Parts: sequence; structure tokens; C-alpha cells
Amino acid sequence: MSQYMLLLYSTDPTLEEREERWTEMPLWREVTESLRESGLLVSNGALNRVDTATTLRVRDGEVELTDGPFAVTKEVLAGYYVLECADLDEALKHAARLPSARYGSVEVRPIIGLSGDTDPR
Amino acid sequence: MDDRVAAAMTRAFRDERGAVLATLIRRVGDFQLAEDAVQDAFADAVAAWPRDGVPANPGAWIMVAARRRAVDRLRRDRSLADRAERLAELIRLDREEGPPMNEDSAVADDQLRLIFTCCHPALDLHARVALTLRTLGGLTTGEIARGFLVSEPTMGKRIVRAKRKIADAHIPYRIPADEELPDRLNGVLRVVYLIFNEGYSATEGERLVRGELCSQAIRLGRLLCELMPDDAEVWGLLSLMLLHDARRSARIDARGGYVTLDDQDRSLWDQSLIRQGLEALVRALRLRRPGQYQLQAAITALHIQASDAEATDWRQIADLYGTLAGLSPSPVVELNRATAVGFADGPEAGLELLRPLLGDPALERYQPLHAAHAELLRRAGDLAGAAEAYGQAIALSANDVERAELERRLRTLPAV
Repeated sequence: MSQYMLLLYSTDPTLEEREERWTEMPLWREVTESLRESGLLVSNGALNRVDTATTLRVRDGEVELTDGPFAVTKEVLAGYYVLECADLDEALKHAARLPSARYGSVEVRPIIGLSGDTDPR
Repeated sequence: MDDRVAAAMTRAFRDERGAVLATLIRRVGDFQLAEDAVQDAFADAVAAWPRDGVPANPGAWIMVAARRRAVDRLRRDRSLADRAERLAELIRLDREEGPPMNEDSAVADDQLRLIFTCCHPALDLHARVALTLRTLGGLTTGEIARGFLVSEPTMGKRIVRAKRKIADAHIPYRIPADEELPDRLNGVLRVVYLIFNEGYSATEGERLVRGELCSQAIRLGRLLCELMPDDAEVWGLLSLMLLHDARRSARIDARGGYVTLDDQDRSLWDQSLIRQGLEALVRALRLRRPGQYQLQAAITALHIQASDAEATDWRQIADLYGTLAGLSPSPVVELNRATAVGFADGPEAGLELLRPLLGDPALERYQPLHAAHAELLRRAGDLAGAAEAYGQAIALSANDVERAELERRLRTLPAV
């Protein structure tokens, strides 16, 4: 088993879209509950608005802070799931169930295991 | 090394390497380790075979040597977490007397696993192509780089990155479950056809280097037919590739120009490849599961079987394009369909089908569309329209021979 982080990217919704996305709440709950029941869910969360983000870099020993997200793109990181899956196929299968996969995108990234079985290059 | 040993070595490398690698990857669970061990095993063979003679079963010899080399490498490599487990498994296998009963089907399954892993959709498409040629085709990184006209370091990086992603993201080494299989198999066929087309579209100067890609794609096509004989599209793709490949040398004339099917010298066609292609098509059709490759192969077969353009069964070709348009619609399919309908039902009917394409801004600079439009207008008697369409096609043509032919047709239009 490996852990995968599902990074949920989507555009900040307009007022109209926000209403629409609210109606999807039962869908989110359904997917989340089924992941929890099957023992795959390690943790999950929704992120606050992107303008609350601070990006940190250390360059030549100096801490640099930037107000905002790392890259300025239309799609922003909106939430995440950490799942425990047998392989990438299983993680991708569940990623495709998330409602925002249809209007945004889900990045699936393996988490480096503590056992050191994955080379962190 | 005498010729006999050298020939046995070449044959073993070509015919056995893929299968040995596929099995070893499953047993050691690591692409790179398996590949290195197989490489070592061939180096062992280079030393041993001239001295001890060629073994009775070269494939089995390589397999045993590769397994031992994998054990050596696992003993040395302390960075792998489940090293002890893998070592125990390999040592156990090494002590086994003789091959297990179902060795053949196990080998077939391993090769399928390897194909599906190399063509996994989580890998970049270029990487899928490269990895497939590297692991299943046994091509060197340099050969693949030349085939795809990129530098060797670039291709090397692409392959290394793909292997690393397979390991780090845990891309599974298995045949997809039934519900995923059609989609995933489609992806595999796409990779194989892409390899074929890269080789097939090569110009005269590049043909020596890139023609190898056609042969590799056909080899992979045959392997898939062996491994999945009940899938109609697998046979359809093999048929399509064989029927195209049969006409490879007739496609290019002495000046290096492209020759259309109607004008090709049919005595240059490879009759043995055509026969094999038609046989594969019959096998596909017998399974009664139509698909895009079978349809394209059937259309190609009808063209080939006609003695010339006049004798072509345009009615049936038009119907096949109609079915293809329903299955996998694209402007290219629509254009070909319009041309076929233009021959089957008259130019007016063809023009009717062309109309939506001519209104599509995305196709404004698509040269074949204007050339086909011109032909249909000429046959419909709209000579002014035809002259204008020929003009557009000529302006968009990137190929001298093709442009000369279009100019000839424009000149021979009767005066308006």
C-alpha cells in the first residue's frame, strides 16, 4: 500500500457557480464517506480562499515570503485528500469520483513513504 | 565468435529478451533492476557461448542467468526496503527444478503485463512509445532517438523519467481488470499504430532509419495477436499495418515524391504481406466486433483488391466510412467519406457532405480538403469553382510533387 495525495484544483467560482457547487455537497459527502468506510481515507480538507495563501521560499539562507499562491494560474488548489491505495490505478479511480474533477483537475501525487522505498528525486 | 554463435545471440536478443525481461520484472518488482540483470545475462552469454557452445534452449539459459544476476544485484543494493523479501523469492525460484507446468501461459501474461505497464495512460504519450520500443522491441535508446528525430540524451531522459514514475507512483504491473480492459487496450493499440505511422510517414532520406519503426510496430502487432487472439481490433490493427506496409515501396517515386494509391505501380506491392493482411482481416471480421482499425483495414483492402480506380467498390467504401464516422468521427474520416460518396452516388452527393467541413474555420488551411473539393466541383461541371479550389489547394501544398500534380489538373480544366 502507498499513500497518495489528491490535490484538487479548480477556478475560484463566480457567485453563480458557487450556488451550483453548493448543490454538490451531498455528492462530496457521499464520496468522502465511502472512502472512509473502505478504510482508504487518511485525511482530507477543503482549503480557504487562495488570497489567504502565503508562499515561502528560502534562498541563500534568507526566508522569502510571497503573498499569494506559488504560481499565478486560473486554477488554484482548493482542497486535498490523502488516500491509502494499493497502486496508482486505485488512486486514479477514486480521484475520478470527485465532483471537481469534472470542472477542475485533480493532481495525484505519491507520498514518499517513511520506509524509504521511494527515491525522493 | 563464429557466425553460428553470433546468429544465435542475435536471435536470442531479438526473440527472447522481451519475454525474459517481462518475467523478471514481475519477479523482482523493479523495472531498472530487471533490465540491468537481463543486460548482464546477455554479457554472460557473450563470454560463455563461444566457449561452451550455444545452449539447447537459449531463452531458458538467459532467464536463469538473468535471475542469478538479479540476485547478485539485490545483494549489493541496500537501498531497497523490501530487499530481503525479493531476495528470498528469487532464491526460492532459482532452486526450483525445471520450469513450472504452465510456463507458456505465464510468459504470455508477463508480456501482456509489460505492454500494459509501458502503455499506461499516466505516462506521457512520447514516453509510452519510447518505453515500449525499449523494453518490448529491444531497441537501444540511440535507435529510438534517431527514429523520432530527437537527440539521444533527450530520449534517454524521457525513458529514465518514465521508469522512475512507474516505480515511484506505483504504476501496477498487471493486466487491467475486465471493466478497464477495452479502454486500456485501445491505448496500447494507439501506441503501436503511432509507432507504425512514425515509420510510415518517413521521407525517402529518413527511410533507412525510420523504416525500422514499421517493422517493430508490426512485430508488436503480431505479438498482441498471439497474446490476445480473441480481440477483433488487435487483428484489425495488424491487418491495417500489413496492408499499408505492403505498399511501402510503391508510395514514393524515383524523385522521392508521394504517389497516390491510384497511380501506384502495383507490381511493386508485396503480395505476401497483402495475403497476410487479408488473412488477419478475415480473422478480425469473424469475431464480429467491429472497430475503427478493422474498418480502416477493410477500406484499404477494397482499394487494394480493385484493379484500378474505376473498378473500385466505392459504394461499399462509402458505407464503411459512414460506419467509421459513427464510431470515431473526425474531419479526415468525413473528407474521405465525401470523396467515396462522390464516386458512388455522384459528385453532388459528395459536395453535400463536404459543405459542413468547408464552413469549419479550423479546416481552412487543410490542403486535402481543398484538393478534394476541387475534384468534386470539376466532376460536377462547376469549372470556375474548381479552378478557385485548385488555387487554394496549390497555395497550401507543402510538397513539390503534389503541387505539380495539382497545377497539371488546374491547367487541364476545360476553359470556362
